[in-house]
Amino acid sequence: MIFRFLLVLLALSTTTRAEIPLAERRSGYELMGRETRAMQDDDATNPGMLWVLDGETLWNRRDGASGVACAGCHGDARISMKGVAARYPAFDSSRGKPINLEQRINACRSERQKAAPLAYESRDLLAITAYVARQSRGRPIDITIDPRTKPFFDEGRNTFYRRQGQLNLACTQCHDDNWGKKLVGNAIPQAHPTGYPIYRLEWQGLGSLQRRLRNCFIGVRAEPYPYGAQEFVNLELYLMWRARGMALETPAVRP
Amino acid sequence: MARVVVNLPATAKRGEIIEIKTLAAHPMETGFRHTQLGELVPRDIITRFVCIYNGVEIFSAELYPAIAANPLITFSTVAAESGMLEFRWTGDNGYAVTQSAPITVV
Repeated sequence: MIFRFLLVLLALSTTTRAEIPLAERRSGYELMGRETRAMQDDDATNPGMLWVLDGETLWNRRDGASGVACAGCHGDARISMKGVAARYPAFDSSRGKPINLEQRINACRSERQKAAPLAYESRDLLAITAYVARQSRGRPIDITIDPRTKPFFDEGRNTFYRRQGQLNLACTQCHDDNWGKKLVGNAIPQAHPTGYPIYRLEWQGLGSLQRRLRNCFIGVRAEPYPYGAQEFVNLELYLMWRARGMALETPAVRP
Repeated sequence: MARVVVNLPATAKRGEIIEIKTLAAHPMETGFRHTQLGELVPRDIITRFVCIYNGVEIFSAELYPAIAANPLITFSTVAAESGMLEFRWTGDNGYAVTQSAPITVV
């Protein structure tokens, strides 16, 4: 009830600031409490590390008909995967569209390892993704839009600015215009995907950016796209570009 | 994967108070939730955690359904002598994990 009321207030608020200036961008980390920050900062207490360690095991395990591990081609992830996650979603020329990190991992599985792709949001896919993304912790997000990715980027940006769902809200109304204010006791973040996959305390587990996007879609009572939908990848591309230059925190902890 | 992570200093001065942090991957299913079809999801939790320092139990905890998934248990002890710390988690459905870590006391 309170949630509905607040959303109605948001929908009626007339102040519009639109795109956040680069210097005013804040990671969701800065809006968190002291305890949650401490939890993220220490690898000994960050529960996301449980997935990272599982991912390390999977990275070195032979799989599929080829009998090759990720490490068989890519070697030591700590070297070969450094900065990679900061560049995703990236354009894949064989598919003619941008793909996200999870899709890149599954493409490698089906094309190189000849293994079955891992289900979206499965523990194993989250673990490998977290392990790969962990190697980019502290690296600035490095997304540049070129003529090949421009149409997909524009689609993603349109989704961000489009009102949708029964509450008729666009992403921008919360995350550009009202960030820092409270929604049901929680601070509204600027929606920079700096730490995915994240360990969300509410989930009691690790989850992908698409899982988070689904939450927001359901929150405004819009029908979420299925996992892996191009619409979601386009939105991820826009969001990562919007956070360009900000440091990756994977695995981040969020409330 | 029954993954656990234990963190403590590798070396300590005799008599120093050291902090030990442990994390265990576990869903901690409460046993109070139902599926969409109305069936009860059976309880699946860690019930006990023990730390043994050179054969002596120095810390133990009983865990209950209200404890979050992937429980983080931190505690402190006095670094008395060099040796081995052993950590044991036991729970429902035969869950049993043991991890040990050495410590050098100077």
